[in-house]
Amino acid sequence: MKSVCRGPGLPLGACCFAWALLGLAAAITAAGAQPAPARRVVSLVPAVTEMLFAIGAGPQVVGVSSYDREPADVERLPRVGALLDPDLERIFTLAPDLVVVYGSQDELRQQLDRAGVPAFLYRHGGLAGIFDTIVRLGGRTGRTVEAAAVIRQVQADLDDVRRRVSARAPARVLLVFGRDPDSLRNVYASGGVGFLHDVLVLAGGTNVLADVGREGLQISAEQILARRPDVILELRAEGGPDGADALRAWRTLTAVPAVKSGRVHALVGSDLVVPGPRIARAAERIARVLHPEAW
Amino acid sequence: MGALNHAEPMAVPVPPIRRRVAGALLGFGSLAVVSILAAPLAGSTPVDFVRAWDPSIPFHRNVDAQIFFIARLPRVLAAALVGSALAAAGVVFQALLRNPLATPFTLGVSAGAALGAMLAITAGVSFGIGPLGSVPLASFAGSLAAVGIVYALATARHRGFSTNVMLLAGVTLNSFFSAIILFLQYLADMTQTMRTVRWLMGDLDVASYGPLLAAAPLVAVALGAFAWLARALNLLALGPEQAEARGVDSLRAQRVAFISASLATGAAVSVGGPVGFIGIVVPHLVRLIVGADHRILLPAASLFGASFLIGCDLVSRTVMAPLELPVGIVTAMIGGPFFLWLLISRGGGSAR
Repeated sequence: MKSVCRGPGLPLGACCFAWALLGLAAAITAAGAQPAPARRVVSLVPAVTEMLFAIGAGPQVVGVSSYDREPADVERLPRVGALLDPDLERIFTLAPDLVVVYGSQDELRQQLDRAGVPAFLYRHGGLAGIFDTIVRLGGRTGRTVEAAAVIRQVQADLDDVRRRVSARAPARVLLVFGRDPDSLRNVYASGGVGFLHDVLVLAGGTNVLADVGREGLQISAEQILARRPDVILELRAEGGPDGADALRAWRTLTAVPAVKSGRVHALVGSDLVVPGPRIARAAERIARVLHPEAW
Repeated sequence: MGALNHAEPMAVPVPPIRRRVAGALLGFGSLAVVSILAAPLAGSTPVDFVRAWDPSIPFHRNVDAQIFFIARLPRVLAAALVGSALAAAGVVFQALLRNPLATPFTLGVSAGAALGAMLAITAGVSFGIGPLGSVPLASFAGSLAAVGIVYALATARHRGFSTNVMLLAGVTLNSFFSAIILFLQYLADMTQTMRTVRWLMGDLDVASYGPLLAAAPLVAVALGAFAWLARALNLLALGPEQAEARGVDSLRAQRVAFISASLATGAAVSVGGPVGFIGIVVPHLVRLIVGADHRILLPAASLFGASFLIGCDLVSRTVMAPLELPVGIVTAMIGGPFFLWLLISRGGGSAR
């Protein structure tokens, strides 16, 4: 650079301008969270894996967690452990230039740090957290445009659901995501925070446990009776009988409006429990149960 | 057991045994009755008791009645059943093993039950029979398996009944089953693992009378056997040979004690999960009050165990409402410090 400046015919001002431009570019690169797009991504979080594939970064994914099932393309990818048992050796073998880790995996993050491998921190949040994560992923994988398109599409689908149910009186819902088979023991339900709660509200429901500031809680028979949900919705990631037989246990609580009116439903599918790009589908499925007449 | 036991009664002239039994029954019995009657009145939600008892409102539409009769009453009764079974079984195991640190869970009964429950939860298959869910059934089956193994080992290579072999076998079985449980939890997905861990903390929210009706006869049989054993247990505490010399068929007494106490424990765990500390804190506390004579100690401990667990469960369902505080955490938080205090203030009496 210096030699250029000393050369004849180039005025000092132009040289200074070039310097300034270079400095500016360097500053943007350094501060701007825009290093070279990651080419080899390892994801330890199934929800983030889905987002990566949705924004077209699938070919850049070289390893996933042992719990990843979606999309089908992940079946051929190497597994590198999960939340509690990340396999550092296998992660390093894959020579990643970006590793998606869950926010609580401090030890793994420190190990990656020491090895100079950048980590992408993720924590489950509400609905807004999904969009935020997709934007960040787009930036890190060089898929900014695709990420924006995915967000537009998901937003549009969610808006469609919202529009259909907005005029209808919201149903009071108990959102259950686990209990002992054939009894009302160990019932876990969604509290007033988290993406399931957000999706429920969007789908035209009111969470009867909205006042509980937790993602999930164990709820007693007394609380189920006292909160009087109009609809009980059981979400299951997979398996389990889907018929009325599976819901027989609820029949003892006849004073619950949902039981009285037969509005106890089970929905099965991983889209219902993964806070990822399939969230609009989950919202529509829940909305169709709460407001069948809107379709 | 020594120092803990003959504390005060030796000095003063001891009243006849019948009067002392009657006194203990009256005292601890009324406490238990009051607990059973009072505990359903409190809960995590307000209940209109006039409405709850109003027969003109059909039960299937009466929320207050359903909260009282479906959510609270069975739960209090479950606490009474589980508490009395575990406390009495604790007394019996301490006498049988001649070890003050023995609990109903020492010999692997709870680990077997836990393994059964884990399998039912992670398999997610329902094979319930009538009012009984698959988890309680599987946990009871697991406890029977553990009892069977320990019993077979304890009787296998000895003509008699080796409590030492039993203790070692039980403790080993405990850690072996625990390892299998950890392995299953490791393989299971996150939500299932969470629920299996929750099961280990104990939970009395039975929400129906079915599990109680199934467990009550087993507990009743066991308590009957305990009553029959009371005198033999007094003598067994001196050692099987001494007991034989005083005309006790030690072998039979030990067998009956082991089987009945295990049965009571298995039934209790199938209802409420492995609620800890009841089986050790309650026996020692009651022993301090009524002395070591099993004819008084057994009924007193089972009655006080009922009251104690009813009280702990009341804390568990109200203190963080609408969140539940797992009852096993309450019993440990109350029982743990108390037991340590007992250990220190009695000059290490528990260490024989």
